[in-house]
Amino acid sequence: MYWWLALVFIVLNFSVRAEDGRTPIPQHWSFKTPLGTFDKKELQRGFQVYKEVCAACHGINQLRFRELEKIGFTKDQVKALAASYTVKEEEDADEEERPGRPGDRVPSPFSSEKKAREANWGAYPVDLSLITKGRGQGPDYLYALLTGYEPCPKDVTLFEGRSYNPYFQGGQISMPPPLIDNIITYHDGTLATIPQMARDVTAFLSWVAEPELENRHEMGVKVLLFLLVLTGLFYGVYQALWKLVR
Amino acid sequence: MNNNKVVQWIDTRLPIFTFMRHALKEYPTPKNLNFLWNTGSLAGITLLIMIITGITLAMHYCPDPEDAFQSVERIMRDVNYGWLIRYIHMNGASFFFVLVYIHIFRGMYYGSYKSPRELLWILGVVIFLMMMATAFMGYVLPWGQMSFWGAKVITNLFSAIPIVGDTIVHWLLGGPTVGAPTLNRFFALHYLLPFGIVAIVCLHMVALHQFGSNNPSGVDPKHPSEQIPFHPYYTVKDLLGLSIYLFVFAFVVFFAPNFFGEPENYNPANSMVTPVHIVPEWYFLPFYAILRSIPSKLGGVMGMFGAVFVLFLLPWLDRSRVRSATFRPLYRPLFWVFVLNSIVLGWIGSQPPEGIYLIIGRGATAYYFFHFFVLLPLLSVIEKPLPVPDSITLYLDQKKRAV
Ligand code: HEC
Ligand code: HEM
Repeated sequence: MYWWLALVFIVLNFSVRAEDGRTPIPQHWSFKTPLGTFDKKELQRGFQVYKEVCAACHGINQLRFRELEKIGFTKDQVKALAASYTVKEEEDADEEERPGRPGDRVPSPFSSEKKAREANWGAYPVDLSLITKGRGQGPDYLYALLTGYEPCPKDVTLFEGRSYNPYFQGGQISMPPPLIDNIITYHDGTLATIPQMARDVTAFLSWVAEPELENRHEMGVKVLLFLLVLTGLFYGVYQALWKLVR
Repeated sequence: MNNNKVVQWIDTRLPIFTFMRHALKEYPTPKNLNFLWNTGSLAGITLLIMIITGITLAMHYCPDPEDAFQSVERIMRDVNYGWLIRYIHMNGASFFFVLVYIHIFRGMYYGSYKSPRELLWILGVVIFLMMMATAFMGYVLPWGQMSFWGAKVITNLFSAIPIVGDTIVHWLLGGPTVGAPTLNRFFALHYLLPFGIVAIVCLHMVALHQFGSNNPSGVDPKHPSEQIPFHPYYTVKDLLGLSIYLFVFAFVVFFAPNFFGEPENYNPANSMVTPVHIVPEWYFLPFYAILRSIPSKLGGVMGMFGAVFVLFLLPWLDRSRVRSATFRPLYRPLFWVFVLNSIVLGWIGSQPPEGIYLIIGRGATAYYFFHFFVLLPLLSVIEKPLPVPDSITLYLDQKKRAV
C-alpha cells in the first residue's frame, strides 16, 4: 500500500514548486483560518502605513475611498481623506485634475507607468490591490519581503538602485527598504516597529484583496451545516430504501 | 400512466412524459453499482452549474483586453454575490475534471468501453475533448498573466505543423499575436461550446440507455431480479452522492477558493513581462508533461494530442473479452500502474523541464503509450482470466463468501 503514500507525496509536491526567492516563514493571520475575520484596529493601522509610506509609490486602484467606512472610518474622515488626493476622471485623460470624492478609486501617485518607471530606476511599483492574491503564500510573502532586507552578501554585486532582499525573486529589488522604525506615529499609540508596521499593512492589503472574506466564511459555515444535515437525511433514506435490495 | 387529461393530451402527440418515465423512473439498472457510478450524474449536474454561473458571469464580463481583468474584479467586488458566482465557476471547472477523470478511470477498470458500448465510450471522449477546449478558452477570459501566456504558449504549438502552421496560428488568434480578436473569439466559443457538450451528453445518454449501465462484475444482467428501477433506488443514491459532493465543493469555494488556482493569474496580463513559470491548470498537466517530454516540437504536439486520441482506439486495443478488471489478474495491477503513471505525468507537468524531471517525464510518457499500444494488445493474448461468474447474482454470492 505504499503506492498510496507515494500518491499522497506526489500530490503534496504539486504545491511546493521551487520558487526563486527564499521561502517565506508562515505567520499567524487572524483571517487565514476557516472561521477567520479581520481585526479592524489592525486594518486601520495598516491603512495608515499604506497612506504615509507605500502611497508615495504604489496605488490600490481596486479600493474606493468609501469602502474604508467598512473598516471603521467615519463618513467625514473618508470625505476629507479623498479630498486630499487629486484624481482624474478615468474615461477622459484630458480632463483637469480635481480633488477626490468618496466614490473614487485610490489612485497611483504616478500619472503613467512610464513616469513611475522613470522615478524608480526603471522598475514599476505595482498596484497593491491584489498583491496578496497575486503571489504564492501571499500575506507571508509580503510580510517576509517587508521585514527581509539584509546587508548584501559579499559575493553579490548590486545593480544601481537595487537593495538586497532574499525573498524577492532574484534577490535584488528596486524598492528601497520602505519601513524604518518610527517612520510613522500610530494614531492609537502602538509602537511603530518594522515588524508591527509590516504586519499591519499586510493585513490591510489582504483585506483590500479579499473584501468579501468575512462574508464568505460566514456564509460558508451556514452552507456546510445545511449540506451536513441534508447528507444525513439522504443517508437515512438511502439506508432504509436499499435495505430492501440487499 | 398519468391520469391528468392535459398530460395525456400532450403525451399522445409528443411523448415526452413517456420518455421521462422510461429514462428516469423505470429504466432498469443493475442493482450492484458502487459509488463510482455516481460520477456520471454528478458531472451532468456540474455541467448545469457551469452553464448557469457562466451565463450570469457573462452578463457582467467584458471581453476586451482593456477591461477584461477589471470586469472580473468588478464581478468580485461590485456585483451582488459576484464573488460567489465566480468562485463557483472557477472551482467548478476543477471539480468537473476531477469527476470526469474518475469517470474515465472507472470505465477503464470495469471495461465499460467494450462491446456493445464502444460508441458510448467514444462520445465520452468527445465530451472530454470539448471540455478541455472550453476550459482552456475560459481560462484566457480573466486576462491575467497566466491567461495571456498560457494562450500564447498553447496556440503557438500549432505553428509546429509543417507548411501551414503559421497560417493556422494566425487564423486561430485572429491576428499575429494573442490580442483583442483572440479574447473576443475565445469568449464567443467559450459561451458556445458548453451547449455543444450538452448535445453530446444527450447522445451519450441515448447510447447508455440502449444497453444500460455496465456494473462492477462486468457481467450483463440475465434475470429481472438483478435489476432495479432507477427511481427511487438510484435517484436517492444519486442525491446522497450529490449532497456529499456539494459539501466538498462548498468547502473549497468558501474556504479555499484559490486552492486550485495559480496566483500569477491575479496579475493583469502584460505582454512585456514573461512569468518565470508558465503552467497550465492542473487538469492539463499530464498532457503538458507529454508535450514537453518529446524533444521535437511537432512530436510533442502530436504526442499531446495523441494521448487523448488514443482513448478513441481503446475498445480495439484491448481485445480481452472479459470486461471487469476484477477477473483479470494481469490487467488489474497494470491498471493501477497506469493510474500512478498518469499522476506522475501530472506532477512532472508542474515542474520545470530539466534534469531529473525531464528523464522521469520521458519515461512516463513512453510508458503511457506503451500501456496502450503494447501492454493492452499483448494482455488480450497472454492473460488467463479468472473464471467469470455466469450472472450478477453468482458474482454477488461469490463476493459474500469471500468476505
Ligand atoms: C520609493 C518608492 C516605494 C515605496 C515607498 C514603496 N515601494 Fe514597494 N515597490 C517599489 C518599486 C520600485 C517596486 C518594484 C521593485 C522591482 O520590481 O524590483 C516595488 C515593489 C513592491 C512589491 C512587489 C514585489 C514583488 O514580488 O514583485 C510589493 C509587494 C511592494 N512593493 C510593497 C510595498 C509596501 C507594502 C510598501 C509600503 C510599506 C511599499 N511597497 C513602499 C517602490 C516603492
Ligand atoms: C463546460 C463548461 C464550462 C467550463 C469547463 C468552463 C470553464 C471556465 C474556466 C476554467 C474559466 C476561468 C475561471 C477563472 O480563472 O477566472 C471560465 C471563465 C468564464 N466562463 Fe466558463 N466554463 C464553462 C461554461 C461556461 C458557460 C456556459 C459560460 C457562459 C454562458 C461561461 C462563461 C464564462 C465567463 C464569462 C468567464 C470569465 C469570468 C471569470 O474568469 O471568472 N462558462 N470558465
